[in-house]
Amino acid sequence: MKEYWNPWIERMPISELEKIQEKKLSDLVNYVYQHSGFYRKRFDAAGVKPGDIKTLADLKKLPFTYKSDLRETYPTGMFCVPNEQLVRFHVSSGTTGKPTVVGYTQNDIDVWTTSLARAMTSIGVGRGDIVQVGYGYGLFTGGLGAHYGAEEVGATVLPVSSGNTERQIELMQDLRSTVIACTPSYFLFMNEVSSQAGISIETDTQLRVGIFGAEPWTEEMRRRIQESTGIKAYDIYGTSELSGPLFTECMYQDGIHIWADQFLIEVIDPATGEQLPDGERGELVITTLAKEALPLIRYRIGDITVINREECKCGRTHPRIMRVLGRVDDMLIIRGINVFPGQIESVLMKIPQVGEHFMIVVDRVNELDVMKVQIEMTDEAFSDKVNDIMALEAKVSSALKHVLNLAVKVELVEKGSLPRSMGKAKRVIDNRKL
Amino acid sequence: MEDKIIKQISLFAENKPGRLANIANNFRKSGINIRAFTIAEAGDFGIIRMVVDRPEDAHKMLHNAGFTVSETNVLGVEMEDVPGGLGKIADVLGERNINIDYAYAFVTKTEKALLILRVNDIEGAILVLQGAGIRMIDMADIQQI
Repeated sequence: MKEYWNPWIERMPISELEKIQEKKLSDLVNYVYQHSGFYRKRFDAAGVKPGDIKTLADLKKLPFTYKSDLRETYPTGMFCVPNEQLVRFHVSSGTTGKPTVVGYTQNDIDVWTTSLARAMTSIGVGRGDIVQVGYGYGLFTGGLGAHYGAEEVGATVLPVSSGNTERQIELMQDLRSTVIACTPSYFLFMNEVSSQAGISIETDTQLRVGIFGAEPWTEEMRRRIQESTGIKAYDIYGTSELSGPLFTECMYQDGIHIWADQFLIEVIDPATGEQLPDGERGELVITTLAKEALPLIRYRIGDITVINREECKCGRTHPRIMRVLGRVDDMLIIRGINVFPGQIESVLMKIPQVGEHFMIVVDRVNELDVMKVQIEMTDEAFSDKVNDIMALEAKVSSALKHVLNLAVKVELVEKGSLPRSMGKAKRVIDNRKL
Repeated sequence: MEDKIIKQISLFAENKPGRLANIANNFRKSGINIRAFTIAEAGDFGIIRMVVDRPEDAHKMLHNAGFTVSETNVLGVEMEDVPGGLGKIADVLGERNINIDYAYAFVTKTEKALLILRVNDIEGAILVLQGAGIRMIDMADIQQI
């Protein structure tokens, strides 16, 4: 099996990678200034000329771009190529606002595919693997992205798309899928449905690898998935604005490798916009170095993470981002305290009696925010004594209070009563009228 | 001693309209008879406890219908349906330091009342009650009620 897709570039010393980045960055600012009225106006307003950007240290002189820029220039106002050079559109789901449109030249598709080919190789996926793609196909980038990446590395693709869970499980058995790509919450649902049918993913299928993303998930959830299904679960990262899913962890499961020859990353303080030193937690900002149709300069992707530039045990030199805690958009402010759904997931998954499904419900009662976490009763946790159940609620509530510094009401609900998701899981119901 | 243990079905249910109707429907469809029944409610949820004629079938049926359900060992104690009947049972258990976790009673067609008991030491309780000459029913009795 291949160890690297492109050993020369993946193991290149950082100093050489940075030279490539510098060259590409300088070309990029010239390119966008020339081809996009949007960027020209933005640069002029900030008083920056393409000639000012000579080294990576000059990056901070460039203005940020935001998701709202894509919305305001809907559908194609930020594109740098005429439509006839495009080979594809994708349109984001618009979960947090108006949809955004992304266009691709053939080269953009190739760069995207190469990025995923490197990533899939790094988790040992390649020729001989059957990759079941359970991400949605269509306007969403997940399905087609994983599909092209898997074909590129020589694997056989089973393009089931999302949904139709019984069929997924049947095909997983009959065609002996070795890899599943879908959201972690959908995989949990598949596991639940197959257990109910008496099928164990661990012993009755050939599945060995899961490529899970499109929603934030935690280390604790990874442990649960790996223990209950016997597969290795890897985090995949990306977003439609950047092309789609692009990066994964390697076999060491210690951060997501961001290909430095294609993308330039920095972490900033979301409040001031100042760059933060490596190792400090902040908002991830990405500059695309190789995109043609829709290049993004210092794009505020909105995820909170930490950059690690140490060489990985796998030998790859490219920087890693450590597990994404959550998107700034997902952050809840409860009585002035910032809460990420991921923090709650991480607390819950450490308590063995708590199952994998939960829902956060926020209300405003008498001008006060009230947060409730609903968890499902499990067969293992059930006791016929009221006191035992109340003690479990109190235990979960106190663990949440300890981490969040907030009083949280915990409510046990019936098994199977919380909504299951085939795509991105909805974990929060915010009933506050703000 | 084993034969004096009665399998009670315990069920977790949210405190919401229609939950009990749903459970009762499942019983009707599978022809299982409920002999004794109680709900312990605690705010958002309740625990439904019941003694039925076919506990194993009931457990399987409820589990397959997606409920969180368990079987609990309880005792069915016969009481004289006269004042003081309950006191006598509580007295003998209390003297031997056996704690009653919960109890519920129902009256049969005969002159007797039946008390369902969950205790912290079921084998100890059987010995104590037998020693005091108090009769306990078994699963065969439950089926004949």
